[in-house]
Amino acid sequence: MSIDARFSVQHDEFELTIDLSLADGEVLAVLGPNGSGKSTLLNAIAGLQPIDNGAISIDGNVVDDVGHSTFVLPEHRHVGVVFQNSELFDNLSVLENVAFGLRARGTKRTVARATATGWLERFSLEQFAQRRPKSLSGGQAQRVALARALASAPSVLLLDEPTSALDVRAKAEIRRDLLRLRREHPVTTLLVTHDPVDAFALADRVIVLEEGRIVQSGALDEVASHPQSRHIADMVGLSLVRGDVRDGALVTATGARLVVPADAAFGPSVASIRPTAVSLHRSQPEGSARNMWEMTVSDLDRQPERVRARLAGPIPLLAELTPAGAEALSLDIGDSVWAAVKASDVSVTPDLGPSQPAPTNCPIR
Amino acid sequence: MNQLRSTRKRSVGLRRPPVAIIAIAAIAIAFFMLPFIGLLWRVPWSDAWSLFTTTSSLTALRLSLETSLWATGLSILFGVPLAWVLARFGFPGRRIVRALCLLSLVLPPVVGGVALFAAYGRRGLLGDSLFELFGVRLPFSTAGVVLAQTFIAMPFLVLTVEAALRGLDQRAEDAARTLGASRWYAFRRVTLPAIRPALIAGAVLAWARALGEFGATITFAGNFPGRTQTMPLSVYLALESNPGQALVLSVVMIAISFGVLLSLRDQWLGGSTTPRTSR
Repeated sequence: MSIDARFSVQHDEFELTIDLSLADGEVLAVLGPNGSGKSTLLNAIAGLQPIDNGAISIDGNVVDDVGHSTFVLPEHRHVGVVFQNSELFDNLSVLENVAFGLRARGTKRTVARATATGWLERFSLEQFAQRRPKSLSGGQAQRVALARALASAPSVLLLDEPTSALDVRAKAEIRRDLLRLRREHPVTTLLVTHDPVDAFALADRVIVLEEGRIVQSGALDEVASHPQSRHIADMVGLSLVRGDVRDGALVTATGARLVVPADAAFGPSVASIRPTAVSLHRSQPEGSARNMWEMTVSDLDRQPERVRARLAGPIPLLAELTPAGAEALSLDIGDSVWAAVKASDVSVTPDLGPSQPAPTNCPIR
Repeated sequence: MNQLRSTRKRSVGLRRPPVAIIAIAAIAIAFFMLPFIGLLWRVPWSDAWSLFTTTSSLTALRLSLETSLWATGLSILFGVPLAWVLARFGFPGRRIVRALCLLSLVLPPVVGGVALFAAYGRRGLLGDSLFELFGVRLPFSTAGVVLAQTFIAMPFLVLTVEAALRGLDQRAEDAARTLGASRWYAFRRVTLPAIRPALIAGAVLAWARALGEFGATITFAGNFPGRTQTMPLSVYLALESNPGQALVLSVVMIAISFGVLLSLRDQWLGGSTTPRTSR
């Protein structure tokens, strides 16, 4: 249940060059802007895109090897793919969609349907079994697509921007399902996304693609504190804060309060703060910022065009300054600083994460 | 209230084409409608039923229905694979092959008939071998009528189905493949249902075209009552001997074609906009 991929393929203007491997059960996020070659990478592993050079093996079996003219057709690779737009089959019911993979491989109709029903129940989708995909919301369709990909017991799961076409609430739902899946039924997963929140929520490790090249890889925390380009810095490094929104503030498990915009919905939520929205001061600042904490600089990443500081305190944050700003503060690791964040710079999304108990009608296996 | 009415009137005027355009369009509508009105006006309604139920009329009608349905079946059988290859399979000279396959759309049907003769006629390219090997003579036979109709009608189906295949999002097929579906299984369970409205529309168009086929049929299959004399042929011949019968048969054909066009519209809508009933 591992993936080894070392290959290159022409992609629009540039050549996509990939060298990656996934251990059994690992979740790897491939982050990159649109057009960076992420989807081509995924298609190559799925067998939907022939490669120009190199080889790919899944679970130790070579599925693509240009040198030895080996090419295993997609239907024989046993990969489960969830596409950006679900790609459910409109002419089939939801149940038939989920049973499709088993039927295609020759499983009897009754057996395939029973298995499919089990997967629908696992994702609390059984009430949609007889519906047509067109009548589902985007989030429901994407969860059906996930159930469909998993129903035929794939060796690896490939997720192609699974949340990018969804609204905030649906994004949270699919992340919750993927998280639960990770806990209960770990599958080696390659997650392609341009949304760092997906990566934060789900991945063990990230690689960052830019114009067909892997420009950085490692644990997400590491990549976020030491981004190797402006682009990566913009993409990763959101500080995520989990907690409960009440009375205009998000209260964390440790009791810290983060003032959020007045229109934020009550209940379990995740707040995200851009590193550039955090300002640092030597003494307690006076101003309009509603959030202020005294913090300790635990890590510092100095680049010619920016400085990133990891801050330990009541709410762990990542702050980004200009080199001149850092100079003026004469910032160093271990220093004590005041961090300020305006409430309007905090964005809040509902949290349906693992802290919430699973619905009772959903059997946990 | 007055205010409301006047705003509505004004908003209708906003979308309305200029008066001159409406006038010209009205002329075009009249141009299409007048021949049919004229036809209905000239039909000897009192004798209509007896003229329609003459043996020759009914024989021609039955032959027309039989041959056109055969031609439709053959068009589907060969046209769908052809459309699939033309839409999805890049090979050198594809554009030329495509143009050749669709040539009979724009060809005068009589020329098509002559060409069929050159291929399958007694002295044609394949005519002799067909007779020697299988004892088949296509010209002046009912099979020849079917051949001529298929030759003229199939491009309508190919064109419609090919366009649908080209317009189809291939990601759904990709999804099917990753789920373990072979090319054939994916075509049968994903692609074919997706192009079903176009396939039905194309088949209906091809059928209507086969039903109305005249030039290629009379050139290649001749005009033998009961064997090759289809409705259009018998209308043409009746015009000389029995104009009343020609008018009645014309009205019958118009009724069939009109019904087909109306049902086609519903079919298109049924396939695209109206929600399917959920079970």
